[in-house]
Amino acid sequence: MRSARGQAEAAIMNDVTTENAPVIDVRGVTKQFDGRIVVDHVDLRVERGEIYGFLGPNGSGKTTFIRMLCGLLTPDAGTGTCLGLDLLREQRAIRLQVGYMTQRFSLYTDLTVRENLDFVARLFALPQRRAAIDRTLEELGLTARQKQLAGTLSGGWKQRLALAACMLHAPRLLLLDEPTAGVDPQARRDFWERIHDLAGRGLTVLISTHYMDEAERCHRLAYLAYGHLLTQGTAAEIVKEAALETWEVDGPDLSQLAAQLRVLPGVTQVTAFGAGLHVSGTDPATLHRATAPYRRAPYRWTPTPSGMEDVFIHLMQQVPDNVT
Amino acid sequence: MNTHRFTWSRFYAVVRKEFIQMRRDRMTFGMMIGVPLMQLILFGFAINTDPKHMPTAVLAADNSPFARSLVAAMRNSEYFDIRDDGPTTEAQARTALQRGTLQFVLTIPANFERDLLRGNRPALALEADASDPAAVGNAVGGIRELLATVWARDFSGPLAHLQPAPPPADLRVHRLFNPEGETAINIVPGLMGVILTLTLVMITALAITRETERGTMEHLLSSPVRPLEVMTGKIVPYIVVGYVQVCVVLLAARFVFNVPMVGSVPLLLALAPIFMACNLAVGVTVSTIARNQLQAVQMSVFFFLPSLLLSGFMFPFRGMPHWAQALGAILPLTHFLPIVRGILLKGNTLAEVAPHVWPMLLFLVAVLALGLRRYRQTLD
Ligand SMILES: Nc1ncnc2c1ncn2[C@@H]1O[C@H](COP(=O)(O)OP(=O)(O)OP(=O)(O)O)[C@@H](O)[C@H]1O
Ligand SMILES: [Mg+2]
Repeated sequence: MRSARGQAEAAIMNDVTTENAPVIDVRGVTKQFDGRIVVDHVDLRVERGEIYGFLGPNGSGKTTFIRMLCGLLTPDAGTGTCLGLDLLREQRAIRLQVGYMTQRFSLYTDLTVRENLDFVARLFALPQRRAAIDRTLEELGLTARQKQLAGTLSGGWKQRLALAACMLHAPRLLLLDEPTAGVDPQARRDFWERIHDLAGRGLTVLISTHYMDEAERCHRLAYLAYGHLLTQGTAAEIVKEAALETWEVDGPDLSQLAAQLRVLPGVTQVTAFGAGLHVSGTDPATLHRATAPYRRAPYRWTPTPSGMEDVFIHLMQQVPDNVT
Repeated sequence: MNTHRFTWSRFYAVVRKEFIQMRRDRMTFGMMIGVPLMQLILFGFAINTDPKHMPTAVLAADNSPFARSLVAAMRNSEYFDIRDDGPTTEAQARTALQRGTLQFVLTIPANFERDLLRGNRPALALEADASDPAAVGNAVGGIRELLATVWARDFSGPLAHLQPAPPPADLRVHRLFNPEGETAINIVPGLMGVILTLTLVMITALAITRETERGTMEHLLSSPVRPLEVMTGKIVPYIVVGYVQVCVVLLAARFVFNVPMVGSVPLLLALAPIFMACNLAVGVTVSTIARNQLQAVQMSVFFFLPSLLLSGFMFPFRGMPHWAQALGAILPLTHFLPIVRGILLKGNTLAEVAPHVWPMLLFLVAVLALGLRRYRQTLD
């Protein structure tokens, strides 16, 4: 008996024509709701076997973009292919080969864990349905809960069930919309190990997240803000490109200090970070000059490499929210 | 994998899922049984009660012992409350009927005794306010029975030859205000159609809008399932529900309301699913238009009202103006009523009800086609 994973691999191996073609290759994808542009000319290219992180503040259009990729929404403009299939004309064929995990739980709360998976398996006409379900339950640690109604699962377990459901049919591309929201650290680590494992076998994963540690686990990242793709690349590239200088400040009464620093020229952001503050700016000289009066006891200033979070908060502040 | 055409396995997946969900949804399931029971009780008993002691006046132009024993027997039957202070002229009697203070006026003609004894079968005139047909039917039946037996004692001995084969006196009933004289028997079989319309349209209308509201539609849309598979997969399980309702009504009709069942119940059971499918398809189509469950309920009512009013359930179909008849003829209930009444009450056969079957099929196909066109395959 071949496992679902085995089948996926076989499918990928057989697929010589698209072997080296990008899995997602779209240009100028645009979507508007009621005249408001929610995704604005986004270009995206994701290679096979890549784990691609999709970041951006709430309402930046991540979910909308992912829905367009799997054919649930029709783009107003843009062209391209997903899994070698035309984004506009072959929506249905795309759906069959994509595992899409919705941001909001979209399985049936009044069916049990097993019944939900069984329903999905029947829709995809999986061979050896029972065995495939058993294995998936096992892999995601859901076996003991298979008779529980999905609606009575805790949030994290719901996420795992949703993940199980979208992987059941051995898709070639996973589109995961905040799959680890509300999942405990151990389960998140397991999840990422699985994802890396799958990617190593040639599965491509596009994953939206708000967690910085997860962003750092992706091969490449894209940052979307209010419909615009601001930057993309590896974590290191993005940090480098932002050219942000960051200082860590320790000392007493930091909140008062933060308020004073925020209004200074050259300081783009001041963020509380653990027991200290992160003070960043794009122009090192100006930053230095402006903060000079505060560089004395009882405060201790140490230069620190900018983290993803510093960069993303910086990016978020650059683009005015076109909604508010 | 076959992705472009209807596939039985995907259809079956939807059916299975619906069944499980239906089984778990106790409330809805209870309503499906509760609604027919409540309607039967409300409509059935309210209309079918056998009203007694109805105000009656007797205009007697003959005061013979025969006339008196008839009046006495009417009193004893409990249907009639014979007023001694009643009207004395035809005109007064008519006014009382108009006002509704009297339900019946019995006119005993002059020379009643003489004609009776001669075997001339004198005619008794019973004027009835039949605006409420249920109030009249049983009483009229009662008086007919009386006529057959009331004078049995009087016609002994030398008068034995007058012992009725046909009753010795003729009863002419004038049903005023409701020439069709529909009886309560009509109501209960009709209720079957009304109940199915009310519950089935709403059930499927809610079943799909619920998917949209709970977010499960997003999952369903991202799967290979086809619109037709979803639509039919949601219709079939509720046919079973429809059958449960039909059985509830049939049992009640038989054992509670004593509706005669002249025709073939299996024939009725064989034709009923067409009607059920019509209503379920309306529900599915409603749900492709409605954005939430509230809208779905409102639109179901929007369909239910004309069905109730124009189908011939509430008002005699033939009495309606032509435009209303034309409108009514589109509705499946209009065709199901003659089928269920025809089979149960008149013993109609398939050949006789066939003219009502194909309009329902036509309706079904048209509504399904509309639903398929409207079914959103994306979240746009
Ligand atoms: N069906 C819709 N109709 C109208 N507006 C919509 C619709 N779906 C999304 N939007 C709008 O599009 C914008 C982007 O929404 P989207 O859900 O794509 O954001 P997101 O990046 O996924 O946010 P989050 O991180 O909160 O999940 C929002 O302003 C939202 O209000
Ligand atoms: Mg989202």
